[in-house]
Amino acid sequence: MIYFIISWILEILIIVVPLLIAVAYFTLAERKVIASIQRRRGPNVVGIWGLLQPLADGLKLLVKESIFPSNSNIIIFVLAPVITFLLSLLGWAVIPFGYTMVLSDLNVGLLYIFAVSSLGVYGILTSGWASNSKYAFLGALRSAAQMVSYEVSIGLIIISVLLCAGSLNLSKIIIAQESIWYIIPLFPVFLMFFISALAETNRAPFDLPEAEAELVAGYNVEYSAMGFALFFLGEYANILMMCALCSVLFLGGWLPPIDIFPFTLIPGPLWFGLKVSFMAFVFIWVRAAYPRYRYDQLMRLGWKVFLPLSLAWVLFVAGILVGFDWYPFY
Amino acid sequence: MNVEVLLFYIFSAIAIISGSMVISARNPIHSVLFLVLVFCNAAGLLILLETEFLAMLFLVVYVGAIAVLFLFVVMMLNVRITELNESILRYIPIGGIILLIFLFEILSVINGDLVPFFSSKLFVLDSDYISLNHNLNITFWSNQINPLTNVASLGEVLYTYYVYCFMVASLILLVAMIGAILLTMRKRMNVRKQEIFDQVYGNINSNVRYIN
Repeated sequence: MIYFIISWILEILIIVVPLLIAVAYFTLAERKVIASIQRRRGPNVVGIWGLLQPLADGLKLLVKESIFPSNSNIIIFVLAPVITFLLSLLGWAVIPFGYTMVLSDLNVGLLYIFAVSSLGVYGILTSGWASNSKYAFLGALRSAAQMVSYEVSIGLIIISVLLCAGSLNLSKIIIAQESIWYIIPLFPVFLMFFISALAETNRAPFDLPEAEAELVAGYNVEYSAMGFALFFLGEYANILMMCALCSVLFLGGWLPPIDIFPFTLIPGPLWFGLKVSFMAFVFIWVRAAYPRYRYDQLMRLGWKVFLPLSLAWVLFVAGILVGFDWYPFY
Repeated sequence: MNVEVLLFYIFSAIAIISGSMVISARNPIHSVLFLVLVFCNAAGLLILLETEFLAMLFLVVYVGAIAVLFLFVVMMLNVRITELNESILRYIPIGGIILLIFLFEILSVINGDLVPFFSSKLFVLDSDYISLNHNLNITFWSNQINPLTNVASLGEVLYTYYVYCFMVASLILLVAMIGAILLTMRKRMNVRKQEIFDQVYGNINSNVRYIN
């Protein structure tokens, strides 16, 4: 019994600790990549090539004073970043890193991830409301409305992939891609998923609710020190989660591109890491390259373009599978 | 006491306490957040019943959509706390009668289906159901041969035998959506909208001119 609990805790730590290190260095990677795209250097003072920058940022946020706004609801104010960070870590429990290397092999794993991202709206809504500031409140409402809108299209796209794979179990979806990665037959769906993931995580070019120049940085304006750090960590962990989901659903997870000799030397988890890093690079690239959408353009895109398109794709994929009798084997 | 019984007690206790806090919290935002807690605990109870698909659907639909809707509405209303200082004693007579009716209904359902309640013995011992074994694990052998996932089992029934119910449910949702749009849409006369198609499809040679 004790052995069971200890092994359980160790399994959780072996996912969470590298994830937090990855999130910290992802912030550094973002600054360096955006700097390269903008033809400058990025942070290179703190360590060699700026490698100790996340530690410096973390230390600064740790020793900063936590300010609580007056007349704010303290319990909800403190709980909101906790909820955001907790939920961004929870989604990683079902991601398979290799063959049977998954913390919890749920048969409804994909729906679990969708549920966790639906719950993420609460962290933002409650933080905006509990800040007792009109700017924070408006930013939170906008951000929450945007997240909810793009979740609809993410759900429909997940259904398209699930129809092809035959199961909500992420390991089975990856195994179903052994013949061909889903990015090839479902390439438009991959593009829609990528853009919806950008909008879901409030990431540029859809970051109007939280850009520094708009609405005074949105819902986390009243948070300093650890609250801000938790929001930041939670947002970047969410981004990595969406990259991991992209690579699991479309890029074949831990599968090598072709199952022959030179590619199989690299172990599955390393392939997975490479794919997630590539998707994260594209996330950063898109942030540096494109201007920001105005809020009504963003909502129009979500409801009037992506929702009908992804719904049509579900019907199209379902029609082809039924018509050619290519039912997935579950 | 095994883990499932312990988890059942934890989920039920938190659900009942949160449920009573929903109606007795002074701040309406706290009410909605306690309602979210009730839904989450109900999802936990559903997981204990081995219907994990329904549990995840609860989280997505109830917590992720319906309670968010409630939260939006309550946050944007201007509820004054002074309106909440009404005496609760006024509600005891009629509320008490309704309470007794509900209690009687719940107990009669339990009496009929699960545990004999209105009988001479108040507690049903395990030994009444299983003679010598002390654990209550029953194996459904047909499930072991070809186990279906939750989604598959629901799908095999919902879209074949109950397909008319499914279609009627979707039509009800459609009517609700049309109703909401009809009630809130107002045609405003002087609205200038962007024509995205014309903007994106324009020819750069005819739209952009170099002014010296």
